[in-house]
Amino acid sequence: MMDKMIFGRYIPGDSFVHLLDPRSKLIFVFAFIVVVFLANNAITYGLLLAFTLLVILTSRIRLYFLINGLKPIMILLVFTFLIHILFTREGDVVLDLGFLKVYEEGLRQGIFISIRFLVLVFMTSILTLTTSPISITDGIEVLLNPLKKVKLPVHELALMMSIALRFIPTLMDETDKIMKAQMARGSDLSAGSLKERLKAVVPLLVPLFVSAFKRAEDLATAMEVRGYRGGEGRTRYRQLKWDWRDTLSLVVLAAMTALLVFYRN
Amino acid sequence: MTEILSFQNVSFSYTPDQPDARKAVQDVSFSINEGEWIAMVGHNGSGKSTMVKLVSGLLFPQEGEVRVMRDVLTEENLWDIRSNIGMVFQNPDNQFVGATVQDDVAFSLENSGVPYKEMVERVHSSLVQVKMDKFLNHEPHHLSGGQKQRVAIAGALAMRPKLLILDEATSMLDPQGRDEVLRTVRALREEIGLTVLSITHDVEEALFADRILFMNDGKKYAEGTPSEIFALGDKLEEFGLELPFAMRMTKLFQEKGVPLAGQHMTEDELVNDLWTSSFSK
Repeated sequence: MMDKMIFGRYIPGDSFVHLLDPRSKLIFVFAFIVVVFLANNAITYGLLLAFTLLVILTSRIRLYFLINGLKPIMILLVFTFLIHILFTREGDVVLDLGFLKVYEEGLRQGIFISIRFLVLVFMTSILTLTTSPISITDGIEVLLNPLKKVKLPVHELALMMSIALRFIPTLMDETDKIMKAQMARGSDLSAGSLKERLKAVVPLLVPLFVSAFKRAEDLATAMEVRGYRGGEGRTRYRQLKWDWRDTLSLVVLAAMTALLVFYRN
Repeated sequence: MTEILSFQNVSFSYTPDQPDARKAVQDVSFSINEGEWIAMVGHNGSGKSTMVKLVSGLLFPQEGEVRVMRDVLTEENLWDIRSNIGMVFQNPDNQFVGATVQDDVAFSLENSGVPYKEMVERVHSSLVQVKMDKFLNHEPHHLSGGQKQRVAIAGALAMRPKLLILDEATSMLDPQGRDEVLRTVRALREEIGLTVLSITHDVEEALFADRILFMNDGKKYAEGTPSEIFALGDKLEEFGLELPFAMRMTKLFQEKGVPLAGQHMTEDELVNDLWTSSFSK
């Protein structure tokens, strides 16, 4: 289950999309999320779907892999589709099963909403699949930089995020170790009632918290000794480079938006 | 010879408002000259860790002076002095700040505002020095403990420090990782004449040092070359410190009546003496 789940996973590669600057990708995805709402008829939704397929193709992530990985989310999609079919009562009746009448408008709405949903999920997945978490953090830091003027601690937030990301595997290993240690002492995490199982989690969490705080303290000392004094006067080792690809992708998105505006009702 | 670090009658107590309480560090004086390797040994609670905190300015002494590069360490020059000291701590995981090897090495450079181009050069050259240049983009959880410690050394080297402090840097590593790290430090000393202060309770590590500071109960109990210190023999064991393997072996041989000439600190010496001992009868 966890292996197939692709939400928030990063797959290294060297496709056009992989090589894009995280800033342009972030702007692209956020603009796209807004643009999606321009679509309101068959042509425009068709355009959106085609456009998304194009992006998936350029990212060289296999469609099968993408669909397979997003299966849990597909359930949600089917659910919204059914809700629309069942509860929208406008237009002609397309299908009459006696106890259930499917209206034209319901079908139309259901399909449109599903496409919208699908396109959004695909696009955001492509973003996280082709960009390493640390690059996303970099991109967010730079994009939020103007907010420093209103005293938002942008650098600190970005550093917190990158340290959190860096410690996920470490703490996962630690959890695993503690779990095995507690199991060796006879704790059973997989049997019993819900209450019993929740109780068994406590001896797991306490040592994990203790060690996480210890780690945080050590890390703070190490950072201080290595001269960390906040964002002031710091240079950046990770440089972001905006090149023709980034401009091109935003131009393409703008063209897409123009097409949507032109063809929408 | 240039003096890199010196302690002059330094005392420190974690509870200064209780004058009767035992001080963590009591009236300690010593100095380290450029190019030396000093090992500070002592059992838990002997004041070793407090000494490290005093050197790096995480704590300030209540009495006496800590001088780094002949400047007295104060709140004002703290950050300048820190940029001259590289430190490697005990837990390899808890000092890895960056997301990848190269980010981590660059961390202290970023902090002191080194321009990008120079940063790239320094990161690469210091990773070459510890032979980790093939791991530029590796994430910490794909590295072994020894490799992580070598990255930490590279991070310190990138700042071109005058003094490298190893604070129990090998105590959490397997024997292989320990050898890796110690070999790296020794090679660095030969290449760039780095001054090293290693805090350890591993006597085999202390054997590499030019001088050993033996701490006990917050005081400097003895100071001298490894052979001088280990000549104290039983006294060390009394304070909870194990003798090097070769020395313990020699002692056992002598108890069994094998005629061996004096003390042997390394296995090679011992082996040499053993196979020649029957000839010299």
